[in-house]
Amino acid sequence: MAAGGPLSTDDLVQLLTPAGERIGHQQFDAYASHLTPEELRAMWRDMTLVRAFDKEATSLQRQGELGLWVQSWGQEAAQIGSGHALNSQDFVFPSYREHGVAHTRGVDLVEVLRIFRGLQHGAWTPADHNFHLYTLVIGSHALHATGYAMGLTKDGLVATGDPAKDAAVVAYFGDGATSQGDVAEALTFASVYDAPVVFFVQNNQYAISESATRQSRVPIADRGKGVGIPSVRVDGNDVIASHAVTRWALEHARSGQGPVLIEAFTYRMGAHTTSDDPTRYRPKAEEQLWAERDPIARLEAHLEAAGELPDEFRAEVEAQAKALGERTRTTVRGWTKPDTLGMFDHVYAEPHASVEAERAWFDRYQRSFADQEATR
Amino acid sequence: MPTYQQFNLPDAGEGLTEADIVTWSVAVGDTVEVNQPIVEIETAKSLVELPSPFSGVVTRLLVDEGETVEVGVPILEVDVDPDGEAPAEPSAPVQTADAVAEQPSPVAQESAQDSAHASAPAAPSAAAAAPAAPAEEGSGAVLVGYGVKAGSATRRERVEGSLEPIGGAEAGAEYPVLAKPPVRKLAKELGVDLTTVTPSGPGGLVTREDVEQQVKATAAQTLATYAGDDQPWLASGTTTRDGRSTRVPVKSVRKRTAEAMVQSAFTAPHVTEFLTVDVTETMNLVARLKQDRDFADVRVTPLLIVAKALLLAVRRHPEVNASWDDEAQEIVYKHYVNLGIAASTPRGLVVPNIKDAHRLPLHALAVELQDLTAQARNGSTSPRAMNDGTVTITNIGPLGIDTGTPILNPGESAILAFGAVRQQPWVHEGEIAVRWVTTLALSFDHRLIDGELGARVLADVGRVMQDPSQGLVWA
Repeated sequence: MAAGGPLSTDDLVQLLTPAGERIGHQQFDAYASHLTPEELRAMWRDMTLVRAFDKEATSLQRQGELGLWVQSWGQEAAQIGSGHALNSQDFVFPSYREHGVAHTRGVDLVEVLRIFRGLQHGAWTPADHNFHLYTLVIGSHALHATGYAMGLTKDGLVATGDPAKDAAVVAYFGDGATSQGDVAEALTFASVYDAPVVFFVQNNQYAISESATRQSRVPIADRGKGVGIPSVRVDGNDVIASHAVTRWALEHARSGQGPVLIEAFTYRMGAHTTSDDPTRYRPKAEEQLWAERDPIARLEAHLEAAGELPDEFRAEVEAQAKALGERTRTTVRGWTKPDTLGMFDHVYAEPHASVEAERAWFDRYQRSFADQEATR
Repeated sequence: MPTYQQFNLPDAGEGLTEADIVTWSVAVGDTVEVNQPIVEIETAKSLVELPSPFSGVVTRLLVDEGETVEVGVPILEVDVDPDGEAPAEPSAPVQTADAVAEQPSPVAQESAQDSAHASAPAAPSAAAAAPAAPAEEGSGAVLVGYGVKAGSATRRERVEGSLEPIGGAEAGAEYPVLAKPPVRKLAKELGVDLTTVTPSGPGGLVTREDVEQQVKATAAQTLATYAGDDQPWLASGTTTRDGRSTRVPVKSVRKRTAEAMVQSAFTAPHVTEFLTVDVTETMNLVARLKQDRDFADVRVTPLLIVAKALLLAVRRHPEVNASWDDEAQEIVYKHYVNLGIAASTPRGLVVPNIKDAHRLPLHALAVELQDLTAQARNGSTSPRAMNDGTVTITNIGPLGIDTGTPILNPGESAILAFGAVRQQPWVHEGEIAVRWVTTLALSFDHRLIDGELGARVLADVGRVMQDPSQGLVWA
């Protein structure tokens, strides 16, 4: 790994070594010290469930049940660790791989698959979970997040001193998105307006097949320096460190001190999506190296060593994972075609004459076919 | 009761149509679990391991290793209830590729007697909603992937009645031609008007093939001219593909004529005045001169008398013999007359002029006129002969035309059209008589010649034509 580049492993905040040893950190230890074994077990459970779900979804795609799947395999610590740092009033703008974060926001993972089966554009109500819809356009939601954060300030929901009230926004995106103009604009606006937004970059080292070295000469966190945003690089496969830096960043944002840029250095173990073949652009040895840094195994080793992972708990999580897999499978296979007119439902918040005209026309259009029943 | 289920080859990428079976990792009789890897396939994108959607016992491998299989074709059969009672029949015959492709579900067509349970799930993708089509070359119209199957956009049957567009019938009255940019570019290059192409693509889209078909249909046809007249009569030019017209580049005389006419017509505001006169005396004079020994060496025509009449009129009204210098904002009055004669030649219209025609006696004028006409006919008109004209006559009479509104030769301010001379009933000395009559038309540049001046000039020309002896008075 080139020193100082976007793949550098220097200066990564780490609180749990790959062997599972808990180590200290001058600045961020304080943001992890509150974690009880129970809370760590909850993170382990979430990571395990999300991975099981991810595997099941991958299989379903290979069985022809999903048009596409985007695996989160390998990035569970970055997602679950940061997700556990969120308060209910915080708002998340995910890209499309944040299944772990979705899970921590109470989104039923199975529902996420409606998008990937082509049934719906968004499969949950963002306001119910303070979790925006998946954004497939790369990086555009960094602007949405910044705008939402600026709105929080204007609504007086930042720096009130009331922890139940103060809110912040987290925008999740990847290393590739940092090359988008939208992200650059979002960083600029967030900075100059002191927007309470945390930019959480999961640097999984590849923008589809393109190495992060093609996105940046310097660590992605350094982008913050250029616009005056405090930034931190964290070991994204360390769930405790990911949690701690996010907690710090959220407190920073909620208290009115402005945005933070977090770069979680991690690795995508699967393909970019089920439509590409990672063996064509990255070496086996590299995949092997990162398999040894597995985020779940790391926390598992830590809990085991502390005697905090009893067999009953393991069995319970295993059963939950199996049940989730089965529920995912049967639910997805049971889905029938949606009413196509449903696509007009959420175009605008309020009734809109043009949309109604289009809905009525489309209804007539569908009815104009002799074999209409076959497609409804 | 044993229940057999089949696994159809899924689209493992986005828009893949087929895959090669590389390695089976299960064999007939093996017990498989849900999501257990069963086969490795190679698509256009990658090597992919497919997991079993069923738990049970493998009863048949429906395709061999090395085979290329279309998406939707069953590849594996599993008995998902092996502990059930012996089946009365083996599984249903394997469906053909086409039949299977029509099935929306890529998974689990139940093939045994027990169909009460585990109904087939609905199609996951839009592709499954499309009707089956024979395998042809893909069209490639997908964001990622290797194209959708040709024919997958087959039109569906419509019920009676047409569907008015959104916002009422009038809103959609005119549909533009639908074509993708590369197809538009192709059409432009091939000179195909897209509105003339019959579209074959989905939704009335004009495809590349349609454009090429159109070119073929209109390629190098024989001349669409009169029956038996299949030889081009133009010396140059390119005949259009449909044989309906020939395009000739605008060059030399035609080009100069066009430029001169455009320049003149759109810079000098033209006014044309007409005068119909009895020219019987002119015709008598012409007849006498033809008998005159002094004129035996030249051809005498009514044009000679018109030329003389115009020269006399110019002498009386020299302001008409002028030009407009726009750049200097000056009117240039000429103290000489270079009399232009518009002449039709094999190369087009030329306007040579007779230098200092105002000084020439009638015989000399006749000689010059004859030489000028001869040179124009044989194409030897010199450039000098066409320079510096001051006033022009266009002789349209020989063509049988009564009159016209001539356009000024650039740089000049007046042009006289001499129409056909006909015998007509005419009031002559208080009686209706048969007389030689013609119509004169004078166009002039209204910037520097007022209507009155133009009228006086034309009237003078007419006066001499009517009574050539007037020339003795004015000469």
